[in-house]
Amino acid sequence: MSETRYTDQHEWVRLEGDSATVGITKFAAEQLGDVVYVELPAKGKAVKAGGEAAVVESVKAASEVYAPVGGEVTSANEALSTEPSKVNEDPEGAGWFFKLKLADAGEFTNLMDAAAYAEFTKGL
Amino acid sequence: MTVSTEILRRTPLYALHMELGGKMVPFAGYEMPVQYPAGILKEHLHTRAKAGLFDVSHMGQGFLSGDVHALERVTSADVAGLKAGMQRYGLLLTPQGTIKDDFMFSRLMGEADLYLVVNAGGKEADFAYINETLEGAAQVTPRFDRALLALQGPASEMVLARHATGVADLTFMKVTRTTVAGAPAIVSRTGYTGEDGYEISIEGADAEHVARTLLAEAEVLPIGLGARDSLRLEAGLCLYGHDIDDMINPAEAALLWSVGKRRKEARDFPGAEKTMAGNPARKLVGIRPEGRAPAREGTEIIKDGRVIGKVTSGGFGPSVNAPVAMGYVETMFATLGTKLELMVRGQVMPATVVLMPFVPHTYKREKK
Repeated sequence: MSETRYTDQHEWVRLEGDSATVGITKFAAEQLGDVVYVELPAKGKAVKAGGEAAVVESVKAASEVYAPVGGEVTSANEALSTEPSKVNEDPEGAGWFFKLKLADAGEFTNLMDAAAYAEFTKGL
Repeated sequence: MTVSTEILRRTPLYALHMELGGKMVPFAGYEMPVQYPAGILKEHLHTRAKAGLFDVSHMGQGFLSGDVHALERVTSADVAGLKAGMQRYGLLLTPQGTIKDDFMFSRLMGEADLYLVVNAGGKEADFAYINETLEGAAQVTPRFDRALLALQGPASEMVLARHATGVADLTFMKVTRTTVAGAPAIVSRTGYTGEDGYEISIEGADAEHVARTLLAEAEVLPIGLGARDSLRLEAGLCLYGHDIDDMINPAEAALLWSVGKRRKEARDFPGAEKTMAGNPARKLVGIRPEGRAPAREGTEIIKDGRVIGKVTSGGFGPSVNAPVAMGYVETMFATLGTKLELMVRGQVMPATVVLMPFVPHTYKREKK
């Protein structure tokens, strides 16, 4: 069973057990436009909730990707190095950025659920 | 509450941009489309493969009348030597010889006036400066009401020839009056993408009809400012306010080719002694970052642990399929093949000084 939550910085995080998969939302991918480069965190790196964890660059500009929750990075989606366009094609699936081992469950439950995020983006 | 401090102007094609799904952004005082639903990457690649239509009506058009050769007081280009039916690139220089703007000027067949196109950002100031400096010898009449379209890419000739006569016979940098889709037009075989193509000046009232006619052709997609920037960067063409400005002289910008031969010999343009002295302190070069990370404008250029320059334009080159950049380096590091380092987000990234353009120009030049 998995549950997905969202940040006001347009990251999504999907929790399965204590494994959290992170990416950017469809809304963010559409705003960015064609993604041409992704910089991913190294395995073993400790990230804090709200801390810079990755970088995504479109033809237009570079943007930071923040960790929605804190923890230790367990893997990164290396496929994005050669095929950054996956972020546009399937932002909330094959275009995931990295996985981390969740440290504090409270950080997850504090985030928006799908309905709250949809409401949030409507106002932007 | 958002307080708008600037009232943005619109080109005659604003309604069409909205209809086409253009994403509008403020640019040089205008609301302009940065991209359409296809997106920058597809728009860029489509222009190089077929043809793209750009609205560049925000640029400053005007006609210079009087003793038009007096224009040489403010430019290093050879104005007197421009033959009828030809367009030329020139630099508008400050009294100190730095670059106030870059512009195109044309001598139309059988006409005494010169047709000018300057950049959007400083168009009022440019024309005022020309008029003040020329002190009545010649006078620019602005025609900011006119529209300007660019049709760029290998299919441009085929497409435009369906709606205009005489355009296939034009070669690179030639210009003529003709009609496009029935509208009176000034058409030049020029552009800002490195591709073969045309720039089409028409009355504002005719803009939508002409644009719709060209967009109805299967080869043509509308292209926004985003792809215009990536196309010109790959073509190694300077963008005013970024790669050149009023702190830079033509030698530093590697634009001495635009200084007329006669002007070089006579040294009769603003700042000529300094510009022609040779060996400027810094030079504009092409830069290829290694790896995939783009180096954006403002990125510091490092050599032997020391900052030796800055990137002035940089991004991802869709046709090169890799990052490309240009920037100023101390002249001793401007030699082709020089290994440099770029400071991207606190990390050092290797890069090399390379020849521009990054993508070969495909201009249709006159066969000698």
